[in-house]
Amino acid sequence: MPFSSVVDYQTVATLETFGFLPAMTQEEIYEQIAYVIAQGWTPCIEHVHPSASMRNYWSLWKLPFFGEAELGAIVAELEACHRAYPDHHVRLTGYDAYTQTQGTAFVVFEGRA
Amino acid sequence: MSKKYDAGVKEYRDTYWTPDYVPLDTDILACFKCTGQEGVPREEVAAAVAAESSTGTWSTVWSELLTDLEFYKGRAYRIEDVPADPESFYAFVAYPLDLFEEGSVTNVLTSLVGNVFGFKALRHLRLEDIRFPLAFIKTCMGPPNGIAVERDRMNKYGRPLLGCTIKPKLGLSGKNYGRVVYECLRGGLDFTKDDENINSQPFQRWQDRFDFVAEAVRTAEQETGERKGHYLNCTAATPEDMYARAEHAKALGMPIIMHDYLTGGFTANTGLAKWCRRNGMLLHIHRAMHAVIDRHPKHGIHFRVLAKCLRLSGGDHLHTGTVVGKLEGDRQTTLGFIDQLRESYVPEDRTRGNFFDQDWASMPGVFAVASGGIHVWHMPALVTIFGDDSVLQFGGGTHGHPWGSAAGAAANRVALEACVKARNAGRELEKESRDILTEAAKSSPELAIALDTWKEIKFEFDTVDKLDL
Repeated sequence: MPFSSVVDYQTVATLETFGFLPAMTQEEIYEQIAYVIAQGWTPCIEHVHPSASMRNYWSLWKLPFFGEAELGAIVAELEACHRAYPDHHVRLTGYDAYTQTQGTAFVVFEGRA
Repeated sequence: MSKKYDAGVKEYRDTYWTPDYVPLDTDILACFKCTGQEGVPREEVAAAVAAESSTGTWSTVWSELLTDLEFYKGRAYRIEDVPADPESFYAFVAYPLDLFEEGSVTNVLTSLVGNVFGFKALRHLRLEDIRFPLAFIKTCMGPPNGIAVERDRMNKYGRPLLGCTIKPKLGLSGKNYGRVVYECLRGGLDFTKDDENINSQPFQRWQDRFDFVAEAVRTAEQETGERKGHYLNCTAATPEDMYARAEHAKALGMPIIMHDYLTGGFTANTGLAKWCRRNGMLLHIHRAMHAVIDRHPKHGIHFRVLAKCLRLSGGDHLHTGTVVGKLEGDRQTTLGFIDQLRESYVPEDRTRGNFFDQDWASMPGVFAVASGGIHVWHMPALVTIFGDDSVLQFGGGTHGHPWGSAAGAAANRVALEACVKARNAGRELEKESRDILTEAAKSSPELAIALDTWKEIKFEFDTVDKLDL
């Protein structure tokens, strides 16, 4: 095999789920939030400075949004969190009270290191 | 007046065939597929199975009058036809709970699949399912951690986990082996795995492997910012060696170890699972030798029984086959036993091969591991079949990438995340698999090359062991 056809793979720093996909469009993010709501999970927003992203506990933005079924309300909170902490990673988690873990978690806004 | 001793040989069915018996909630129930010798009545065969797997001996013996065998005996209580198979039938047997030691899967199997399987009046015998009563389940510890705890520790949410076995499976030095681990993990996998054949051979002693692998895991975590692990195989010749390896893995700060539960044995497995609970270690379980036991449709033990036994003995991951890859396993049967691994209650459902209602109470769930001959094109089907609570492991499908293991790992991670994203958005993965993967490959040259490399590889052979429907 000619080595000229082999591409060097460069390690990338990623933020777990969806970290290997290109940045999602606004519509794609809405689809994922709608999925969290449709599963019956409680949406929750967390944020952290990129230097501390490997911690278990990121700062909670307000409280988990118990009983919130409005997509627009969650989007507004995500944007408010991002405005308040423009340098921070902001992620959406979905708390699953039945399994007592998170049904999903993914970063919506990436901060600047 | 007590019973009289009457020496001689009685027919088994006089004592052990009890069609009017209503099983107790505390009984262990078993379903056997029986194929008797010609001319032996079904009731006699069923009764013989109940007798030989519980209190019976071929002859009446005087000492049985010193106890109350009516209390201790197993009872064949139901016989059913096997659909489309006139020579075999299902025998249902109830065993009183007091026949078994608390918390010992070993003891249950020694009785239920002991001497009876060599019994001459039978041509074949297969243990299809066991209903474990809650009263027994609550005496077993089960998985050391379970699915929810593992997700929290490894910080993996909303998707199946991604792994791969290090290849070649034999012959690498410790340092070269660690190199392959590092390449896979930096490329985006969550876990890598010791091949089951790797224990501590002359070409690579276990401590050398553990030390190099630990550096590979730590370095990959630092560079990617994600949590990583490698299943360090602690299977060994003796329990003492097994525990020494587990202790060293813990000292290195590694999150997960591995055991081969059938070749290692249930006693070793239960002991190691308890060690893992005490030491905060995840436990991956391999199943070498299972096909010897479970593949023949009329003889042996169905894998759903071995899977239930593993959940009781303890393990956080168990290999289940892939349905779509190079190894045997049909879809409905596989769905049936992955339910037994992960759910808290599984109802009787013959279309999935589950013969009993099974309540697992508060026992933690086990990740289903799909591994063996799978590649990126299988991803949409795997995500559909196995769901999020699974580990999808691509060996050849990672290392076989033309640009190496790191690029192969990245291709798999992109394909996995594209499938999860599409599923969440309401798309039908199996129908739209080509579109979903092709779209994802537009932003990932690693995936594009992988799709091209494995586009023609299929494993389409008929399943040997099918559900009787």
